Formats: sequence, C-alpha cells, structure tokens
Amino acid sequence: MKPETGKDNSSEYVTATIGDQLFGLPILRVQDVFTPDRLTRVPLAPPEVAGVLNLRGRIVTLIDMRVRLGLGQRTETGKPMAIGIELRGESYGLLIDAIGEVLKLDDASREANPVNLDPRLARVSAGIHRLEGNLLVVVDIDRVLELGAEALAA
Amino acid sequence: MDDLLREFLTETNESLDVVDVELVRFEQDPSNAKILDNIFRLVHTIKGTCGFLGLPRLEALAHAAETLMGKFRDGSMPASGESVTLILATIDRIKEILDALERDQQEPAGADGDLIGNLERIFKQGAEAAAPQHTVGTLVPQVLERPLHPGEGSLDELERAFRETKPDPVTPKAAPKAQEVSAEKTDDEKSDSKIAHQSIRVTVDTLDCLMTMVSELVLTRNQLLEIVRRHAESEFKTPLQRLSSVTAELQEGVMKTRMQPIGNAWQKLPRIIRDLAQDLGKQIDLEMHGAETELDRQVLDLIKDPLTHMVRNSADHGLETSEERRAAGKPETGTIRLSAYHEGGHIIIGIADDGRGLDTERIKAKVLANGLATEAEIEKMSEAQIQKFIFSPGFSTATTVTSISGRGVGMDVVRSNIDQIGGTIDVKSVSGVGLSFSIKIPLTLAIVSALIVEAGGDRFAIPQLSVVELVRVRGNTEHRIERIKDTAVLRLRDKLLPLVRMRKLLDLEAGADDDTGNGFIVVTQVGSQTFGIVVDGVFHTEEIVVKPMSSKLRHISMFSGNTILGDGSVIMIVDPNGVAQAMGTAVTPQTIHDPAAEAQRLAASEQVTSLLVFSAGSTQQKAVPLSLITRLEEIDAKKIELSNGRHMLQYRGQLMPLVSMNEAVCIKGEGAQPLLVFSDGGRSMALVVDEIIDIVEDRLDIQVASSNPGVLGSAVIKGQATEIIDVGYFLPLAFEDWFRRKEMTVQFKTRSVLLIDDSPFFRNMLTPVLQAAGYEVSTAAGAHEALALLKQGRRFDVVVTDIEMPDMDGFEFAEAVRSDPRTAKLPVIALSSMLSAEAVERGRQVGFHDYVAKFDRAGLIAALKEQAAEDRAA
Repeated sequence: MKPETGKDNSSEYVTATIGDQLFGLPILRVQDVFTPDRLTRVPLAPPEVAGVLNLRGRIVTLIDMRVRLGLGQRTETGKPMAIGIELRGESYGLLIDAIGEVLKLDDASREANPVNLDPRLARVSAGIHRLEGNLLVVVDIDRVLELGAEALAA
Repeated sequence: MDDLLREFLTETNESLDVVDVELVRFEQDPSNAKILDNIFRLVHTIKGTCGFLGLPRLEALAHAAETLMGKFRDGSMPASGESVTLILATIDRIKEILDALERDQQEPAGADGDLIGNLERIFKQGAEAAAPQHTVGTLVPQVLERPLHPGEGSLDELERAFRETKPDPVTPKAAPKAQEVSAEKTDDEKSDSKIAHQSIRVTVDTLDCLMTMVSELVLTRNQLLEIVRRHAESEFKTPLQRLSSVTAELQEGVMKTRMQPIGNAWQKLPRIIRDLAQDLGKQIDLEMHGAETELDRQVLDLIKDPLTHMVRNSADHGLETSEERRAAGKPETGTIRLSAYHEGGHIIIGIADDGRGLDTERIKAKVLANGLATEAEIEKMSEAQIQKFIFSPGFSTATTVTSISGRGVGMDVVRSNIDQIGGTIDVKSVSGVGLSFSIKIPLTLAIVSALIVEAGGDRFAIPQLSVVELVRVRGNTEHRIERIKDTAVLRLRDKLLPLVRMRKLLDLEAGADDDTGNGFIVVTQVGSQTFGIVVDGVFHTEEIVVKPMSSKLRHISMFSGNTILGDGSVIMIVDPNGVAQAMGTAVTPQTIHDPAAEAQRLAASEQVTSLLVFSAGSTQQKAVPLSLITRLEEIDAKKIELSNGRHMLQYRGQLMPLVSMNEAVCIKGEGAQPLLVFSDGGRSMALVVDEIIDIVEDRLDIQVASSNPGVLGSAVIKGQATEIIDVGYFLPLAFEDWFRRKEMTVQFKTRSVLLIDDSPFFRNMLTPVLQAAGYEVSTAAGAHEALALLKQGRRFDVVVTDIEMPDMDGFEFAEAVRSDPRTAKLPVIALSSMLSAEAVERGRQVGFHDYVAKFDRAGLIAALKEQAAEDRAA
C-alpha cells in the first residue's frame, strides 16, 4: 500500500508506540482511536486476535499488535489504546500501547527497510522515517491484516 | 433512469417470466383457452406499453408474437412445437433488448427481421391452411382489423365453439369474430385487475434497509430490557413492555415483507426443462409442490442458482432417454419433482427424479483418481457414504461436458452455497430408481432465538432451533455424568447420550477446575444425531441479531457468527453443526419427519453403530452394540450374593442374576466389578466382564460367523478383530424362559430382510443375529414406517414382523401388504409370543407365510431359509 500522498509529496501519519518502537499509520486509513472496553475473547482464534468488542453497534475485531509484530507480552499497567480501521466493510482495531501525535513527513525522506530488520516487522513495514532521536516504522495496514496468508506461508 | 422506463422494465420482466411458464404449460395443454388468454393478454400489454414509450423494435416483436398467438387463440391454427419454440425465441429476444435498454436506457440498434419473418411465415402457413381464399401478402393488419360479418351467430355460441375446438382449422369466417370477443374481454379484465392491485412496488434496498433498522431496534430494546432488569422498581417498566411488544410486532411485519414464495425461484424452471427436454430428446415432466412456501428473499436469492443447477443436473444426467427408460421398464416420461414445506424454523426443499440414480462405481473410481480416499477406506464405506463424495470440491462424474451441465461447477458449489446460509444438504440414491436431494435451510438469517449459556467464564449463544432440552446435572442424582474411559455419557431415559464439554471443545480449560459434577447439559439435535453439550451455566433465551464473523475468524467451525447482547457485550454464536463434527462423528444432516427422510435415517443407522468394547476372559476384545445395553455399572464385589447356586445382586429393589461371559471370567471376590446391564420388559440381567475398554463408533459388519455359543461372529472394530457378543445367548442363561435358543445355522447368500418390531430391544437384538446368518437387515419401528419404506420402492426379499404393535398390528400390516399389487407376493413372516390356534388361523387368513415364536431364533432362521428355498423354486 502506498501512503496517501498530499499535494506537496508528503504524507500524514498517526504515530503510535508498540513496545518501545514508534510506528506511523497513514492517517487516511485511520477511522478513530478508542479505548477498548468489554473485550470478548474468541476461543480457538489465532493468537493475534485479542478478541471482539462492540463499538457503537459494530462488532470490531481487535488485533494485538504486540503479538502481531512479535514484540513480546504487554507488561505495562497502563490501559492499551486501539486504532480503528476498516477493510472491505469490516471493522478492525489495532491494539497499541500509546497513541502519539500526528506527523506530516516528506515522502522523499522515507527509506527502505534495513535488510536485517526483524522479519516479522519487515513484513508489515512500508519503510522507515528517520526522526530526531527516533526511528518511525511506516505500517502497511493491509499487510497487518493478512493474518491468514501468513499462517499458510509459515 | 426515467421512472416510467424503470417501471416498465420491472413490470415487463415479470410479465415475461410468467409468459415463459405459461407457454410451456400451453404447449402441453393446447386446448386450454384460459392459459392462452393469459399469455395473449400479457404480450398484448407489453406491446401496448412499448408503443406508448416509443420502443419500435420491442413493439414490432411483441406484435408479431401476439399476432401468431391470436391465431392459436381463435383456433384457426394448431399450436405446434415449432411455433411455440419460435415465440419463446421471440421472448428471449425481447429480454435481450430489455437488458440493453436497462443498461443504455435506449433501445439497441438491430433488426429482428429474421424472427418476425419466421413468425409471419408460420402465421401465413396457418392462415393458408385455415383460409386458403385469403392469400394477401400483408395479412397481419387484415386479420386484426377485419370488420365483422353480420349475422354470424351469438357470442356465447361462438365462445363455446372456440373453446371446444381442437387446434384444427375452423371456419375462416368465425376467426375474426372470436378475436374481437376476446379483445373486449381483455379490456374488462384489465380494469378488474387495476382495482384488485392493492399493492405497491418497493425496492429491495428499501426493505433491506428497514430490516437493518429493525435489527438495531431489537438490539436497543434488548439493552433497555437489560437495564430495567437490574432495577427492580422502575417507572420505565410498563412503557418498556409496550415498546418491547411493538418492536416484536414490527420485526415480524418487516420479516413478512421480505418473505417470498419459493415458487419465485422455480419460475424459470419449466422453461429450462422444456428446452432441455427438446435438446436432449427426452420426455420430462416437472412437478412442483409447495411453490407457495415462503422464505426470506435473501435466502431465496442464495438458493436460486443451486436449485436451477440441480434441476439441470437431474434432467441432463439423472433421467434416461425414452428408449433407455422403456428398456428399463419405466414410463417413458421421466419425472423431476420439486417440493418445499416448512418444518420448525426451517424450510425443507426436495429435488427428486426417477432416473438412473448415482453411479457408485464411477464415484469410487473418481474418488480414487482424485486421491480423496484410499481403496481400503472406500472398501469400508457404505454406498451412502460414497455418494456423499459428490459434494467434494471439483467433483463431477459426467464423462462428457455437455452444454447443459458438467461444466466443472458441481455439487460442491451447491453445497458451499447452502452451507453459507447455514443449511444442510443430503443425497439419497437408489440405482435405477432415482436420486433425491433434500435441502434444509433456515427461513431467515437475520434474527434467531438463542439460549445464552456460560462456559469457562464466557458467555455463548446456542441457537434455540437445535436445542431439544436442558438437563441439570448433579453428582448424586439420576442425572449424573458417567465415563467410559474418556468418553463422557449421560443416562437419559434409558439411552446413553454422548456428551461434550464446551470448555474442552473451545479450549477454555485454562484456569478452570475440572468439575463435571455440576452443570447443565444442553441436549442438542443436529439432523438425526443427538448429543449433550456440557456448560457451566444457563442464563435465558434472547432474540439475537446474527452478525457474520469477521473474515479473520470465519475459519473457526465452532461458531456460526456473533451478536451483540442486551448489555452491549459481544458473544459468539455456537454452531451445532460444527460441534457435531468436532465430536468426530460423521453427522449426516437429515430430517426425520417425512417417510423418505426416515428411510434415509434408517439406512444411515445401519452404517455406523455405537459399540461398547470390553474384555472378558481372554485377551481378544469383545463388543456389543451400545444400544442394547441399558446401563453400565461398577459395583462393589462384596455386594454380590450367592443364591440357589447362582450369583445375584440386589439391584433397584430386585434380584438381578449375574451371568459370566465364559468360564474364564471369574466373579471377583472383592473390589469393583464392572457389569453390563440388559433390561427388557421389567427384567434385568447383568453380564460380568473384566474391563470396559471404550465406546467406539464403527460399522458393524460381521465378517466371520462363529459357532461358539455366545459369540455372533468377528468384526473389525477400529482396526482390531473383535468378537461380537450375542446378547440373546446370555439372556436365557439368566432367565430360562427369556427365550429358547438353539444353535443357529449360517447361510451365506445375502438376502434382504425388513424387520418390524416396536421394541428397540428386539430390533437391536435380532439385527445382528440375522446379519450373522447372512442377511442384509433393514429395520422399521412400526407398520406405518415399514409400509412407507415399501411404498418408496425399497425391495426386500422377505419381511419379518411382530404381531403386537401399537397403531397398526401385524395382521393389519400383512393385509395392507397383500392389498398392494406391488407387494402382494412379498413373503411375510410373523413373529409373536401369541401362539394360540386362533392367532395362527387369523395369520393364515391375512397371508402370513410363516409363524414363528418370538424367542425361537433358530426357528426364525429356519423359516427364512425355507422361504428362500421356496423363492428359488418359484
């Protein structure tokens, strides 16, 4: 997926921390940000699926990004947040540790994934932005939601 | 698009569908003036509207077709197959133009000279035959506009004359008159129908939107109810109740608007069959029953294509050509029967033909070729199991790809379409007799009533439709869970019910203690299979709005969807079909209410038998059909008493004799002694065994008969040679009068026996006995059931029936068999404890071939052998 491009060849990202890593999600794909409440676990579901919940009358499938990216179990006591996205008429929530600010970044400064990036991260990364004192991984949302395909490949 | 045009398109398309059907009917029944009037009127209306809207091509086509039909109607020309085909072709062309019209909003360019020319040619031929003196080139307007001749007789007379006239040429003078009369009538009827039309057209989108809104309303209502439930005293209570009932009514009303008769999905079939019959040179009769049965249009849309596909299949592959049918001694015209009826919250659709049935051998070959099963596996399968392979992906036995079917889109697609809507499909085929499919689908997909249960701390919904009853389990009562090795079972009214724990099923064991002493059992029925789901708690029933599972979770077969409860939380809806499959038993979804399905159930019950495997005396494992066993007991050996030289046990206030399997089994002096308890007619006996090993589901196929007393023979059960115990041998050891037993003789020629007895005990007991004697046994629990089997054309060599049965006794049954010419010669052997001279005499009168005492099994085998000898001699 290509990040949405503005007139001035830059894209806006909603930033989020998962583990200690900063990630950026293309803002045009983000529907809303919410605090997951009354989560129902789904027996026999893939481990990435944290559960389902009712968000204003819609059933949202919550994906635990830590599990998805192989970043280890959540240890922080703070309440996780979720970023709501939609794919082919279905609602999903990506479970993250904390939500950050919205950044507008020049597309030209986006770099390819380093070759030694963890494969689980590389799979869903659309590139890296070097920020001041931090690196931002651009998340390819479509690939994050390709749970089944990976299970087959694995 | 212009409103007027849209209206025209919808209306015309509907009219054309009707014309299609009516024309096919007309062709079969050309003297039926009513049908023709109807067609004529429809085409006439189309023509009129086209003229009004300025659609010259359509108008010209409709006009030409109308003119020709006018000829049929005034009786001046017979309706030949050729002319009907031509009119049908014209209607197809009209449809093409309509499609283009819908797409581009204007009539496509093109000429229809070919069709119109042909129509006119036939018309002229007819006209020439009818009225040779009229040889004018442009006949069309002339016939329509010819003025009346004076003094041609009264209208009534003419009407009658035309109606009674066979499709032969009549006097040319009368023809135009009739036309005018009919035209008048048409106008009258038109104004009638305008008044009768108290309905309006609403787009499907509007209805769908309404349904969604109602679903949301139901959810909100449930939420409110939940809130009020928490507050005992609330002023909202009364208005909320009102809201609740109004919501329910609204829901029902909206559902009703979405209901459509299934006939809508069948509408195109008569035409398809007609065309197929012509292409294939077969004679096919399409019967439709229950076309008025209604179901949700969403469901209807989804089954339309599968149904069409199956009917095409039946016509193409199922039915034989007229010559083949004649050779097989069947009527030349093949029949395809469609039926539909409601049953509970389901609709049952049947598609049956009287063709050649499925070719099991070819299916086998294909299964092997596709690697779906190994040869050894196939060997073990019954015909019905093999036939089920037609639902496997990419399976088509048609050797040639015809233009009609066999395009590689096979029954697997049909099945997946039906699965998608939570339906089930079953097939039954008898070689040479026919093939029938039975489809069971829910009436609506949107809102269902569900039981909310708890397991492992989470709540789940189980659709109420498949729940039979709820059983509360307590450690010390009748209803307690027992185990046979790892298999949990419940004794429920003299039956052992297999159990599955929801926690285990859903992998929710983590953190939960293994407490099976208390809880609830949801007795669930899927097709003919009944099983219990053990849950931790049961809450209430609730109307839930089914929402499809996320595509990421759809692969979990245990759930059919999810829903939002009244309190706003999301819960999973358990799919009983998935649970049944997870229990590892091949569930064949069936209905049990019509005789055909009952027969299927009987056939299926012959395939797999639950067997109790145990050891006694030797290392070789032994087995007995589980259904014969009343109870499994493990008693303290100290409780066994010796009385009159026999081991006895005080059991439920009675003395129960204990019988050892054989000398090698000794009754233990102390410790726990496992027993198999058999009961019938208030008496019980217990068989002493060493160890109960397991319960398995397998095919009971006795391969080697045994001469050892107490052993029927050997069968392979779960890959191990197993002795099948003859319960009948041990019963008289306990009570000498239970029945007398002689050594039975073994006869190897397979002959089919229909065994009728209302007591499941005797059915279960005699079946293995007869099987061991080399017979293929079908059973029926009553005379009516047996007659239904015979009516369906199931063939048996001999019938063995009990005399004393409720509803219809053995005498009445024999009389019914005799009175039907098809079964008049079928030998019937009576089986009874009633051996009075009178009874024997009555038996002779009603035509029993033989009379055997109920417990004289050697006598029964002898009688069967004698019967076989007689048959051979005959």
